[in-house]
Amino acid sequence: MPIRHLEEYRDPEISRRIIEKIKNFSGKKVRLMEVCGTHTMSIFRSGIRSVLPKTISLLSGPGCPVCVTNQNEIDSFINLAGKKDVIVATFGDLLRVPGTKSTLQKERARGGDIRVIYSTSDALEIAGRNPDKKIVFLGIGFETTSPTIAASILSAKEMNLNNYFVFSAHKLVPPALHALLKSKDIKIDGFILPGHVSIIIGIKAYIPIVEHYNMPCVIAGFEPTDILHAIFLLIRQIEAGESKLENGYQRVVGFKGNEKAQNIIHDVFKVVDVSWRGIGIIPKSGLVIRDDFSSFDARKAFDLSVPDAPEPKGCACGQILTGIKTPPECPLYYYTCSPSDPVGPCMVSSEGTCSAYYRYHGEP
Amino acid sequence: MKTDSILLDHGSGGRLSHDLVSDIILPIFDNSILSQLHDGAIIDIEGMRLAFSTDTFTVDPIFFPGGHIGDLAINGTVNDVAMCGANPTYISIGLIIEEGFSVLDLEKILKGMHVAAKKACVTVVTGDTKVVPRGTADKIFINTSGIGLIPGNVDISSHKALPKDKIILSGTVADHGISVLLQREGLKFDSPIISDTAPLNLMVKAILAKTKKDIHVLRDPTRGGVGTSLNEIAEKSSVGMIINEEKIPVKDEVASACELLGFDPLYIANEGKLLAFVGPDLADEILSTIRENEYGKDAVIIGEVISDNPGRVIMKTRIGGTRIIDMLSGEQLPRIC
Repeated sequence: MPIRHLEEYRDPEISRRIIEKIKNFSGKKVRLMEVCGTHTMSIFRSGIRSVLPKTISLLSGPGCPVCVTNQNEIDSFINLAGKKDVIVATFGDLLRVPGTKSTLQKERARGGDIRVIYSTSDALEIAGRNPDKKIVFLGIGFETTSPTIAASILSAKEMNLNNYFVFSAHKLVPPALHALLKSKDIKIDGFILPGHVSIIIGIKAYIPIVEHYNMPCVIAGFEPTDILHAIFLLIRQIEAGESKLENGYQRVVGFKGNEKAQNIIHDVFKVVDVSWRGIGIIPKSGLVIRDDFSSFDARKAFDLSVPDAPEPKGCACGQILTGIKTPPECPLYYYTCSPSDPVGPCMVSSEGTCSAYYRYHGEP
Repeated sequence: MKTDSILLDHGSGGRLSHDLVSDIILPIFDNSILSQLHDGAIIDIEGMRLAFSTDTFTVDPIFFPGGHIGDLAINGTVNDVAMCGANPTYISIGLIIEEGFSVLDLEKILKGMHVAAKKACVTVVTGDTKVVPRGTADKIFINTSGIGLIPGNVDISSHKALPKDKIILSGTVADHGISVLLQREGLKFDSPIISDTAPLNLMVKAILAKTKKDIHVLRDPTRGGVGTSLNEIAEKSSVGMIINEEKIPVKDEVASACELLGFDPLYIANEGKLLAFVGPDLADEILSTIRENEYGKDAVIIGEVISDNPGRVIMKTRIGGTRIIDMLSGEQLPRIC
């Protein structure tokens, strides 16, 4: 029977068997971090926490591109929306993120031309249809997304578009993992590594982390059996005193990754030190547009200076993004900060940890 | 209300829509009929009980696989009246047409509405037409209102769910919402996804012919989807619910589209499905009755009502875990990565 790559990875019987195998281990307390926000959501949606032994803690990591975008950048996005003849093209998740004074959604209601798009080809189309406007695409995301944004800049160049700009706030995952592991506050026994990012960067990108920090790592897909299998492999390593890099997403992740995508990223972007919300500056962890493509760089084309914005008072996003706290431990969670009235981005993003807890876990 | 201007989220059918109704609309009109907030109003006129409902349709695009705005407008109001346990009989139509709209398209929509009305056994008896300058409406908006008599001994409302009730869903979820979304965004799939717009009044009539007292709640999960409807009922009836994830029917192509875009099918609009809360003794018989209807072939019992955790809807997941099904807070937005 051909594999449909759909319900097989949600099979209750396979899941049950993996859970039994996990329960057969010693019951030693372990703390595993799922780096990617989509993993956090998938874990909640499948109810995985409720079937695991209580000795296994799953911590959410900083793999939510909206959540790690700092307050100044959010304010800059909102600033852009108020500029004359500017159309802001954005992925939907940014719409509700609270800036210091407003959100893109509120600015849209007030008349700002802000368009939610599904891919950068939509943004290019808008630019083509509106030659008298400036289209600025808000570029957030990790290695999964940055190749398509880079490709859009290459396409814009080919099409001779002079009204298409990208505000790059892209970030890279492996440097964030190094930063987490260097921190004394963060105690992790193993990483569930992101699935989609790994398709792009390949297994090889994580070798330095495993070797340098002796950290058990497993790359995982997003379906229930994928995640359970990754947890099983991690526990097995930990119990055996091993620290290996294992690929639990073999159907799509290879050793080298997608070299074409890697090359496009390299051609259009250069790597710089950037600030991550709640974490601070992580060396060589962000992407800015190279000088060759500076005519598409929104940071150069517009005056985006905004007053320095502190993180919202009381918001524990930073500690939640690094697995030090869980959302119910944030004083604002649920009663002050909710999806319809968020204080921080973690409550708004579809990959945000607080949003996942609110939707699937409920009251503290 | 926490904002000073109306946002798109206020129209999503989720939590913000609720805030708009409870914080602004209800306090202004303040009467016991409106405050029931059922799909339709149940009115007593000289001993006869009437259900009266209204709905406005602004769907974009106006033509989509499986139908058009006119179909939604007739079926939507027919269904809202039927969810009160009534027999929908008469419909009104209000048209707001943008200057420049194609007469051919208008005829197509109106002829389609006529066909839909005949299929649902309702008559269009009154209407109104307005034309507005180009740019002040998006092609065409349609309002329909409908009335129907409620038979004696029928007492259906969102407040009536009881512990041990079985929850029946009449078919696959998210077909309509995904069909419209794919059409709007120009996303093409090899397997076409078709709106499920359909009249459910004959299905309801057949259910009520089997029993009146054991049907406690009927609801068509439109905006906000099944997830939001279950939450609304749980809150109004002060009951809990357990839903079995494995039982929720989703077409493969709809499930794939949802995965690709990062949407949860539980929160996507349906236009030809109902939820029925039925006393446990007759649940299997009502399920068979629904399956006999042309729009109920995939009907299934998806869960039951419990007395624990009132107001809370819990899902038993495929892998044997549990999680909460919360109310949608605003529009679902596509994933980034």
